[in-house]
Amino acid sequence: MLDRAAPETKQQSAETPRPVAFRGGGFMPAGSRYAGWIVLALVIAVWQLAGSTGWVNPLFLPAPSAIAVAIYRLAMSGALWQHLSWSIMRIGTGWIIGTAAGIIVGFAIGLSTMARGVGITFISALFPIPKIALLPLLILWLGIGEEPKIATIALGVFFSTAISVYSGVDAVPRNLIRMAQSFNVPFHAIVRRVIWPGALPSILSGFRITASVALLLVVSAEMIGAQYGIGAFVLQAGNLMQTDQLLAGVVILSLFGLAVGRLINLLEVRLLHWR
Amino acid sequence: MDLIADHISHRFGTLEVLDDVSFQVAAGEVVAIVGPSGCGKSTLLSILGGLLRPTEGRAELRGAPPAGSLNPLTFVFQDFALLPWNTVEENVAFPLLHTGLSAGERNAVIDDALRRTGLTDFRATYPKQLSGGMRQRVGIARALAVRPAILLMDEPLSALDSQTRELLMEDFVRLLADGAMGAVYVTHNLEEAVRLADRIVVLSRRPGRIQEIVTVTMTRAERGAADARGKLASLQGDLWSLIRKEAIDAEREVQHA
Repeated sequence: MLDRAAPETKQQSAETPRPVAFRGGGFMPAGSRYAGWIVLALVIAVWQLAGSTGWVNPLFLPAPSAIAVAIYRLAMSGALWQHLSWSIMRIGTGWIIGTAAGIIVGFAIGLSTMARGVGITFISALFPIPKIALLPLLILWLGIGEEPKIATIALGVFFSTAISVYSGVDAVPRNLIRMAQSFNVPFHAIVRRVIWPGALPSILSGFRITASVALLLVVSAEMIGAQYGIGAFVLQAGNLMQTDQLLAGVVILSLFGLAVGRLINLLEVRLLHWR
Repeated sequence: MDLIADHISHRFGTLEVLDDVSFQVAAGEVVAIVGPSGCGKSTLLSILGGLLRPTEGRAELRGAPPAGSLNPLTFVFQDFALLPWNTVEENVAFPLLHTGLSAGERNAVIDDALRRTGLTDFRATYPKQLSGGMRQRVGIARALAVRPAILLMDEPLSALDSQTRELLMEDFVRLLADGAMGAVYVTHNLEEAVRLADRIVVLSRRPGRIQEIVTVTMTRAERGAADARGKLASLQGDLWSLIRKEAIDAEREVQHA
């Protein structure tokens, strides 16, 4: 038998009870859906006001409306699409080549003792080199066409991808691999069904970084040697003191970066829904 | 099919973990391995299951595995080792994908394993949506799906709360009742050992040596009866007296390490 105690009541005492002070607040920042957009709209409004009222010289900082007009004219004339398509072609090709090579090398480093020994040394030595510094050498090797620009982007993407892939492979819980081995699952199936999905969060985080690296390198490469492309367009506009067009190019780059980030978000939602 | 530990010793570098451990698990027998922390219980289980090569000695199998067994020695892990990106059904199906079973045969095996572990309604659920006890049930269903001859259980209940542990212990008793499947059950919990095992191998502190092998004379069915509690508690007390001093020494050793 269980003996049930009577419900307890507040004890009468000469002292007045006081509440226990709450000490558990903070350290839990929450995201706000609208705050960022509201502040951005406010900054643009102030910027527009500064331009419209003549507080700021439009040569140095054209108003947002002037930039919007410049983008509209670029779109209508077809120049925007021409520049954008060249940049997308270079980024796309370089990113795909660099990513494919990075995934292969990253997996080799993550899975093979010999590849790890050699690969990590090479990557540690070559990763810190600013890849744009290699462009003149790549022009010497590959000529003055598209190849050196694409190779520069591919190189930049390759190192970050390889690092994120082998870090991801290393981070796959060893108990899952041992579990698969305990069921005699073959090596290739362990790679496909355990290591690949386990490394995917790190690989997708790497994609986010390599997308930024590719954008940075395409603009730099186009500024050094290209007739078409957003980087070339921004440089030409700067040389001609057409700051509205220059900033139009910058806004387009920003929108492009946002679109790529959104695409990676969608990929994460689709592929990492189990998290 | 019998599983034999034949003079197994193991070292990690200079650290001697196991020293000359020999015993045998007969077909359908449940053998618990108990001992102080760090005595090499899990290392011994890994060696018995072929996941670790011993420094000396070897693990052997004698006799043919039962007909239809797809993985005679099958682990149930302490941390469940479920693939978080797979549903319950996919986790149970995982070890069957490369066994040559047809899709129809595979589905029948999965349905049976899910039914035996009460997971039929959870087949499309992901591990993160399940409680610890349900996750371990998935681990057990996955093990049952390959029709093991001997289950190698590495502290399968230690990550669970006491109520869930009690429920899963009842499940283990039920699954092992017909003697079709043997088990090596590594645990630090003496109550689990006396409830489940036919024999209990008591290891000394590191390097683990066999200190004693205790036979539990009651059947598992008898141990579930209310009047058996006293006998089980007494047996548990005997085991504890064997381990206590070693456990104290092992704890001090760990603290000084």
